[in-house]
Amino acid sequence: MTQSVPEPKKAEWRKRITLPRMAAAAALVVLVCLSLLIGADTLSPTQLANDPEALELLLASRLPRTLAALLTGSALAIAGLIMQALVRNRFVEPSTAGTAQSAALGILLMTLVFPAASLGVKMIGATALALLGTSVFMATADRLPVTQPHLVPLFGLVYGGVIGAVVTFVGWQTDLLQFIDIWTSGEFSGVVRGRYEFLWGAGIIVVLSWWIADRLTVLSLGREASIGLGLDYAWTLRLGLLVVSVIAALTVSVVGIIPFVGLVVPNIVSRVIGDNLRASIPCTALAGALLVLGCDIVGRLIRYPYEIPVATVMGVVGALLFLKLIRLRPSHA
Amino acid sequence: MHKRRLVLLAVLAVVSVAAFLTLGLRGNLAFVLQIRAVKLLALVQVSVSVALSTVLFQTVTANRILTPSIMGLDALYLFGQALLVFLLGGLGYAAIGGGWKFAAEVLIMIVLAAVLLRPLLTARLDMSLLLLTGVTIGLLFRSLTQLLFRLLDPNAFAVVQTASFANFNALRADLTIIGSIVTFATAVVCWHHRHRLDVVALGREAALGLGIDWSRTATLLLLMVALLVAVSTALVGPVSFLGLLVAALAERVLGTSRHAVILPAAALVAIILLVGGQAIFQHLLGSAATLGVVIEFAGGIAFLLLLYLGSRT
Amino acid sequence: MIRIEDLNLAHGGTPVLRDINLTIDRGGIIALVGPNGAGKSSLLSLIARLRPLQTGRIFIDGLPVTTTPGRELARRMAILRQDGVFAGRLTVRELVSLGRFPHNQGRSTPQDRARVEEALVQFGVADLAERFLETLSGGQRQRALVAMTFCQGTDYLLLDEPLNNLDMFHARHLMQSLRRMADEEARTAIIVLHDINQAAAYADRIIAMRDGRIASDGTPGEVLTVDTLAAVFGYRMQVTAAAGRPLVLHHL
Repeated sequence: MTQSVPEPKKAEWRKRITLPRMAAAAALVVLVCLSLLIGADTLSPTQLANDPEALELLLASRLPRTLAALLTGSALAIAGLIMQALVRNRFVEPSTAGTAQSAALGILLMTLVFPAASLGVKMIGATALALLGTSVFMATADRLPVTQPHLVPLFGLVYGGVIGAVVTFVGWQTDLLQFIDIWTSGEFSGVVRGRYEFLWGAGIIVVLSWWIADRLTVLSLGREASIGLGLDYAWTLRLGLLVVSVIAALTVSVVGIIPFVGLVVPNIVSRVIGDNLRASIPCTALAGALLVLGCDIVGRLIRYPYEIPVATVMGVVGALLFLKLIRLRPSHA
Repeated sequence: MHKRRLVLLAVLAVVSVAAFLTLGLRGNLAFVLQIRAVKLLALVQVSVSVALSTVLFQTVTANRILTPSIMGLDALYLFGQALLVFLLGGLGYAAIGGGWKFAAEVLIMIVLAAVLLRPLLTARLDMSLLLLTGVTIGLLFRSLTQLLFRLLDPNAFAVVQTASFANFNALRADLTIIGSIVTFATAVVCWHHRHRLDVVALGREAALGLGIDWSRTATLLLLMVALLVAVSTALVGPVSFLGLLVAALAERVLGTSRHAVILPAAALVAIILLVGGQAIFQHLLGSAATLGVVIEFAGGIAFLLLLYLGSRT
Repeated sequence: MIRIEDLNLAHGGTPVLRDINLTIDRGGIIALVGPNGAGKSSLLSLIARLRPLQTGRIFIDGLPVTTTPGRELARRMAILRQDGVFAGRLTVRELVSLGRFPHNQGRSTPQDRARVEEALVQFGVADLAERFLETLSGGQRQRALVAMTFCQGTDYLLLDEPLNNLDMFHARHLMQSLRRMADEEARTAIIVLHDINQAAAYADRIIAMRDGRIASDGTPGEVLTVDTLAAVFGYRMQVTAAAGRPLVLHHL
């Protein structure tokens, strides 16, 4: 029965993936350059070479903003991917499962109770509430019938809305509505050097998630298959939950909620290369970074020199992509 | 038994109205009462139009969890409003009379709904997919509305908040008369056809079998729903889950879905919630703006419960 | 050796398994048969630690299933469930490779890859290796799942109605593969079978269950008698012989 083992079909695999990957890399370079140059004061490369002030603007504002968009985009896409593996449903992500709204509630409560605490401390509170909110969602999603896959995202959307209502209510009562706008409507215009560095934490988490990619792939096969393959199911589930919550807390407190990234990016990547997470995590991270940076640039250009928040742009782009995805979905799954 | 419960609801509604008018009265009585009366009229209109639009929509779709706002109708209306402002400019918009403005907004909404939502309803989609698509269309148009407002006035901070929750304190007074006409006329038509509506609620096949001209009836009913949603949204803003809450509560209290009972009951429940709620929030708690959020919260929870329990049977 | 002691299981007050005591030695094919609701799948789930034990104890090669680390057990025992639902978009090769997960935690060695290729060929899915699971027919998917379970390379295989969805050719092929595995490598397959004649033809030992109890336990010749079958399945059927094995005319 044993055949001579063919050299794993790497050549073919590489052929399939190289073209989109090259295109993505090229797009990344172009978008990063655009993002560095575009803004209320448009910089030109010659200016940068001669004008120290222009260089300072680049380093203090444009570069942090660009990096923040890239880090946020990849982290949100990965959080969506992990969430989909945890819930075993294609159509969930942190902002449609109450995670992001719970994180916003956490920040709000921390701001009320410990107004003097540093952003890092507040993030711990945000993470804790995000964990709690997501756990409630997952426990409920688990009890919904698997025969109706659209019930879970529907439930999550409304659940997120309910928590959002709590956030608004508390904000109203405590005169913190302006802050709530910052947390619930994501934008990068406030991102400068010294304000965004927490997002590197999200970047590190993205890399770590690649490290446990195989475990997550096994997890996405479901509880019984995972146990059969010797995965510590409960532990991995909790780890995934923690990763998603930390990403939500970091991004919500630094840039605010950006909807749909975690929903559409993993679905599109999965259509192209499948769900082996070892292969798809890097692609998903890259595509998420591209999407968010692209939307941020659009938001900067569309009403130049004013800015449209990235969350608004993404609300339109993401909702359109998502509608396309749920219509395209083959009926049997 | 239904009669007794209806009377009870009516009494509660009257108590709510009385509370709204009298609680915490101070200063120039005649003046304050007059302001409150105008506000009361608008709130009652919103209550009736939300209740009727939800019940009618559930009747046409033969579905107890579907409501016009969940399918994104109010988002379409607000988008129409924003589009009009965008096309005419702020000054041009302000120059048109209230009636024409309203008519144009309703027209945009109906065109959008006919293009986007009607195919959904006739496509016989799986229930949860239908709802998910509707909710997403609602989100899309909410974002588009925000986008339009940002394009108009890049510095507007308040846009986001006003676009996402109803505010029962800031009513658009110029629409009270048109709103009253629409609401009253629709209510009369509904009451007149209440027995026919019972047949429509049986679903397309059964209604056809019992001699209803289905496509004409359904189209007319959906038009009425659109008008009613326009009235309530124009007056107070989006009320995503109020309709659902009202219809579910009315059915729970009365234990029937016969339109002769459920139509008045839903309207009364809505009045109790809105007028009574506003009386408590505005005059007792002193936070007039927050009722919308509270109703959103309670209605959202009601929706989740219905969804969860419905999926398990 | 698998040892099961004083096993009881109830679901919502209704007993599902009652006083099960079993010892299953290494090597051979053990068929679990019985009518619907007899407790076969529940027994398999408990052995595979997919469900928590209520009372009783189960040991795999002396290791208690409740306290032994999952990875340790996954190197000794593989389980194939009925109706394994997979949400993801994985290719057949990626799925089968996951069978090596307990051994490599995802970092494939050349030996792992060789075993994957072997399993792909053995169950006739090598041509489908790059296809996504969702594009396969029910039978093809079932073969991919069987290949993954084999690929786990464990001493014990627990298979819950693995012949579901398979045509005659592939059903026979699977039973022959199990037979060879048992004979040549002294591995053990515990398999829930609906077709009693598959059990008659290939099993070394048949355990017949009814109402959560073991009704009969022995070689095919001992279990497949008119009286025992009537006690288990509730009606009398003729038993003849073919190719030196019992043949149950259960459909007459």
